[in-house]
Amino acid sequence: MDPGADGAVTDGRLNIGAIRSSFAPWEDPAAEPLVRFEKVTKRFGSVTAVNAVDLAIYEREFFALLGPSGCGKTTLMRLLAGFETPDEGRVWLGDNDLSDDPPHRRPVHLMFQSYALFPHLTVEQNVAFGLKQQKLPKGEIADRVAEMVALVRLEGMERRRPDQLSGGQRQRVALARALAPRPQVLLLDEPLAALDRKLREETQFELMAIQQRLGMTFMIVTHDQDEAMVLADRIAVMQAGEIVQVGRPTEIYEAPVSRYVADFIGDVNLFEAAAVSAEEGETRFAGPDSPGGYLASTDEGVVLDGGLYLAVRPEKMVMHLDPPPEGPNRLAGKVLDIGYLGDWTTYVVGLESGRTVRAARANSARLVERPVGWDDPVWLTFAPDAAVVLTR
Amino acid sequence: MSAQHRDRSRAAAIAPFLWLGLFFLFPFLLVLRLSLSDIALAVPPYAPQLDLSAGVDGVREFLAALDFETYGRLGGDRLYLAAYLSSMRIAAISTGILLLIGYPIAYAMVRCPPAARRALVLAVILPFWTSFLIRIYAWIAILKPAGLLNAALGAVGVAPLNLLNAALGAVGLAPLNLLNTEAAVHIGLVYAYLPFMVLPLYAVLERQPAELLEAAADLGCTPVQAFWRVTFPMSLPGVAAGALLCFIPMVGEFVVPDLLGGSQTLMLGKVIWTEFFANRDWPTASAVAVALIVTLIVPLTLFQRQQQRLLEGGR
Ligand SMILES: Nc1ncnc2c1ncn2[C@@H]1O[C@H](COP(=O)(O)OP(=O)(O)OP(=O)(O)O)[C@@H](O)[C@H]1O
Ligand SMILES: [Mg+2]
Repeated sequence: MDPGADGAVTDGRLNIGAIRSSFAPWEDPAAEPLVRFEKVTKRFGSVTAVNAVDLAIYEREFFALLGPSGCGKTTLMRLLAGFETPDEGRVWLGDNDLSDDPPHRRPVHLMFQSYALFPHLTVEQNVAFGLKQQKLPKGEIADRVAEMVALVRLEGMERRRPDQLSGGQRQRVALARALAPRPQVLLLDEPLAALDRKLREETQFELMAIQQRLGMTFMIVTHDQDEAMVLADRIAVMQAGEIVQVGRPTEIYEAPVSRYVADFIGDVNLFEAAAVSAEEGETRFAGPDSPGGYLASTDEGVVLDGGLYLAVRPEKMVMHLDPPPEGPNRLAGKVLDIGYLGDWTTYVVGLESGRTVRAARANSARLVERPVGWDDPVWLTFAPDAAVVLTR
Repeated sequence: MSAQHRDRSRAAAIAPFLWLGLFFLFPFLLVLRLSLSDIALAVPPYAPQLDLSAGVDGVREFLAALDFETYGRLGGDRLYLAAYLSSMRIAAISTGILLLIGYPIAYAMVRCPPAARRALVLAVILPFWTSFLIRIYAWIAILKPAGLLNAALGAVGVAPLNLLNAALGAVGLAPLNLLNTEAAVHIGLVYAYLPFMVLPLYAVLERQPAELLEAAADLGCTPVQAFWRVTFPMSLPGVAAGALLCFIPMVGEFVVPDLLGGSQTLMLGKVIWTEFFANRDWPTASAVAVALIVTLIVPLTLFQRQQQRLLEGGR
């Protein structure tokens, strides 16, 4: 089986976007997942690192695990790689129950966060390590190593040892070593954490290109939400050992299921609200921060009750220097802080209710004719479809 | 950099050379000079003596009297060559045994929890707290015919002992009497030098990240394969360090062959001692010592290079 031979490449160039947008096996009820976690629980003493996780990952998917430190991301990967055995539940690869297989029998490779390169071996020998273990013929090993070295652009460094490489080069050796034996699933545990921002962005695109070219299934752990958004077909957000939401990056960002997810992915303003009346596709809310109440687009019915939250992203806040007409989704306050980020400026606005709200504006013009200053009175509004209703 | 600072750092750089010059090179030159002298019935028992009061002529006369005659005699006498070869052989065999015993010990120590590890390292160096001579002497009590070893074997049952002795007799050996055999020398050497083998091995094994074994397993290695493909090759610097650290001093070892080896075991350490103290032939003893040092320079250089690489690799 050579997954690299077909599909993603057209005359040597990749159109990742086009492939991505049509790729959605998880929406197809007939599709069989490649990896399946079935009610998997792992405890360390009194800590439940992974708690009853159900997860399905499909062939050729680029899947990201996102969550704060200690939420169980690494443990989940180690369960799949075989370094931990589940206390409860099963781990499946296709039709095979992997749960009791030792790591060396699983066709799943882990790219270690610290790379774990063999210091006594050269780049070439490191990359060949798994191939030798598969007892491939010598010529084939040499070919595959050359291919991998070229793929991660390490030509000319084949004879170097890991201590003669830069951090970025080592990371690419680790990637090549894990890729070379063509694992069915490649696990990447914070693979880019040690790289500087520019190299990281470059490598992100390289990773995507490699994944598409080889047609492999990648599962990546990251702390960095931007990285997850850029790389992944789907993201799973973890919280304290549980998976709280799985979805495309846009779904996670635009339709978070809880305050936790909304807050974890990007900046968000959360407003306490109580649903008061429902209309065609829209619901009216009352809340302490907005005197005119709120109006939010709601496709599904909302229970007319309190204890709800409206989540609005800072970039969906429209800032006015003159008072807009009275109405819902209208907040008045004054600028407390301005953060200039180059492409964007974020404003922290103190509302009359005492709360602070974030608004972001793209710096599309070089000099704004009416710059906003500290303590300026401003008004914020947002469209009904900019608000997401959260019940938890 | 201030001049004072530079002076100080230069002094720091010179210090090791001063040390080496004072405690190695100077004594070595003395021994070398002795080996070029002739035996004499005098005090001290060699000639020529350097007579500085005679000025430049005295020095010239002194130098003229030095010669390589002693070395010629060394080459001519089979005894010295035999002792030299037997020393090398015994040291090499003992080094091999030390590796076979020391490696599993070091490996097991590294696998222990950290608290136990510290206790075990202490246990390895504990024997150094008593006199080397006494510890080797104790082995006499263990190995002699009426000693502890045979008593223990006897306690297990006379039958196995008799059986063993019968077997030994069949191949032409005396009843289990290890004392004054080469086997006893190996036992003593292995016993005495085990810490020098275990500690360098422990040091390299302990430094190995456990993650590398996980990486090996991930890439398809069984635990045994991971040992041979990762753990062992990565520990080779420690193997070399331990082997050289044991081999070099064992070649010239005197106490162990003297106390445990009896008269048949021929080792250079004993030859040197006999020449010095029994025969009062200082030039011959010195010549043997110089020959030994010169041949050991090869493994010593290897050892030094190994240490250098270990230090650089351990950055
Ligand atoms: N071997 C272990 N023994 C005991 N507790 C462990 C072990 N491994 C992980 N844990 C605990 O399990 C929880 C999850 O750990 P895990 O390493 O999976 O987190 P993570 O999401 O990868 O965090 P990070 O982003 O910091 O790497 C943590 O509370 C951690 O302390
Ligand atoms: Mg982790």
